[in-house]
Amino acid sequence: MRNIRALQPLFDLAKPGRRATRFPKSDVPEVPLTKLLPATAIAEQPPALPELAEPDVVRHFTNLSTLNMSVDTHFYPLGSCTMKHNPKRNERLASLPGMLDLHPYQPEETLQGMLALLYELQQMLGEIGGLPAVSLQPAAGAQGEFTSLLIASAYFRERGENRTKVLAPDSAHGTNPASAAVAGFTAVTVKSTPQGFVDLADLAAKLDHETAVFMITNPNTLGMFEPNIKRIAEMVHAVGGLLYLDGANMNAILGITRPGDFGADMMHFNCHKTFSGPHGSGGPGAGPIAVTSVLAPYLPAPLVVREDAGYRLDYDRPKSVGRVRSFFGNVGILVRAYCYIRSHGPDGLRRVSENAVLNANYLLARVKHIFPVPQGDRCMHEFVASAAKLKTDKDISAMDIAKRLLDYGFHAPTVYFPPIVREAMMIEPTETESKETLDAFAETLFRITEEPAELLHEAPHTTSISRPDEVRAARQPVMISPPPGSP
Amino acid sequence: MKPETLLFSKTHEWVHVETDSTGAKVATIGISAFALEALTDLVYIELPKVGRTLKTGEAFGEIESVKAVSDLYSPVDGAVVATHDSLANELESLPSDPYGNGWLVKIKLSDETALQELMDYAAYQKQCAEEGH
Repeated sequence: MRNIRALQPLFDLAKPGRRATRFPKSDVPEVPLTKLLPATAIAEQPPALPELAEPDVVRHFTNLSTLNMSVDTHFYPLGSCTMKHNPKRNERLASLPGMLDLHPYQPEETLQGMLALLYELQQMLGEIGGLPAVSLQPAAGAQGEFTSLLIASAYFRERGENRTKVLAPDSAHGTNPASAAVAGFTAVTVKSTPQGFVDLADLAAKLDHETAVFMITNPNTLGMFEPNIKRIAEMVHAVGGLLYLDGANMNAILGITRPGDFGADMMHFNCHKTFSGPHGSGGPGAGPIAVTSVLAPYLPAPLVVREDAGYRLDYDRPKSVGRVRSFFGNVGILVRAYCYIRSHGPDGLRRVSENAVLNANYLLARVKHIFPVPQGDRCMHEFVASAAKLKTDKDISAMDIAKRLLDYGFHAPTVYFPPIVREAMMIEPTETESKETLDAFAETLFRITEEPAELLHEAPHTTSISRPDEVRAARQPVMISPPPGSP
Repeated sequence: MKPETLLFSKTHEWVHVETDSTGAKVATIGISAFALEALTDLVYIELPKVGRTLKTGEAFGEIESVKAVSDLYSPVDGAVVATHDSLANELESLPSDPYGNGWLVKIKLSDETALQELMDYAAYQKQCAEEGH
């Protein structure tokens, strides 16, 4: 069934002169490239690109796509990633020519529909987050973190305060300390308690007048709602710092609580996660941010504003940190987020979160006697189970289980994160899965633990690639297939 | 070196203190076998420059495995006098000799009080048993 020929590297399939499209003769005067670009910007030779007919390209990528798993083909309980179903209606709406074929430099009077949609999305995200000022620019959650830290920098600079530290718990996503470093801060780690919450004594010891921001994920990466969140916000504000909410886990609290209400000053949304945009291969994303009115002047420009005459892009923002993206995230994902929020409405969004939490707790209850959950019997939208006992007793690791699940037609959960749980398996079923799917997944997990360790060490057995050499891939990566004739 | 002769930090670094020819105390620092096992296959290490001064608890480098990136923390106060730069190209051999050829840096102590906070091997093993339950 599998078309092996189509899976060869595109350079191997190429034939000189083959084309997918032949362009018609240009009907506008041609301007030589040298008149448009300085000589230093023009390469001596055009890039070596494979020459292919359209069916070759279509078959290549279609066959490649069948080697992978997706939410459209498999249950995908990849913790932290919120791999929920992507409603097909939103795909259709986002593909309408009026959405798809726009250019941001069209005259604004011809963009009013899109600007209205983006303006309303700004308003809706502000309401959901409890933080009134929203920028749709960041193209992903991590860029939202980075942009928010630039805003914090600008805020403290204007106040004449030199604050150099950004704190984050040891359970944080790696993007938190990375964003801090890229934004010019020193990242400082705050310990977690054995229950997985922020260690308040350690936080108190590390908070001082050099602290710019404490970045917290709530619910945290263990799937637990931080019970001391109000106290934490008070502690951060008492030293003059700002509280940042990593919104990766917003799927657990929509319509139930709002970051602005529990003390956050800034946050990001992962529209591709919480609001159901597709996110295969890590993108495309959209990571809008929401901030307090105090921080609003520093948001990236432009924002979408509404006036009597209609909607327009507002560039006149003198305190803005500037642009972090050409326009707004990946607009197609924002359109899907808008459709998703409008189709559910406020009550529907609350039910999304309630069902996400219910599904996760159901699965936790089904698997905990085989895979202990160190943080306890209850969770929010995801939980972190440990295969540490299986590792000790049977030499079966979290990685072995993850790999073997692929043979049974389930995508693996996130493994070995957060690092504070040994042999961690981070499971997030999302609200869009049925009880039958959750039962089948739990039963498969049990079945795998009964299999011989040797079989599991070699898994997966049914995929086109089994276990790549991760060390070599990290130390000597081959990033591209070299074109023929290259040295 | 035998681990029984070493001191250990809570963050899994080991310390061996010697007196050099000038009479100064120099600490050799490495990572424990327990920590290396938890990290699994190593892919990258970053060590500090010779001459850098470190305070106890300060991150002086990082080590990355296929599983995680971890900071390396100085268990002592002092200045870096040597770094084991060739390790970067032979990381796979680190777990086979963590307490010998697996050393990372040598630090000339500016203050010895931090040594009193370190554990002996028996106390460290107890900590590992608690973490590894």
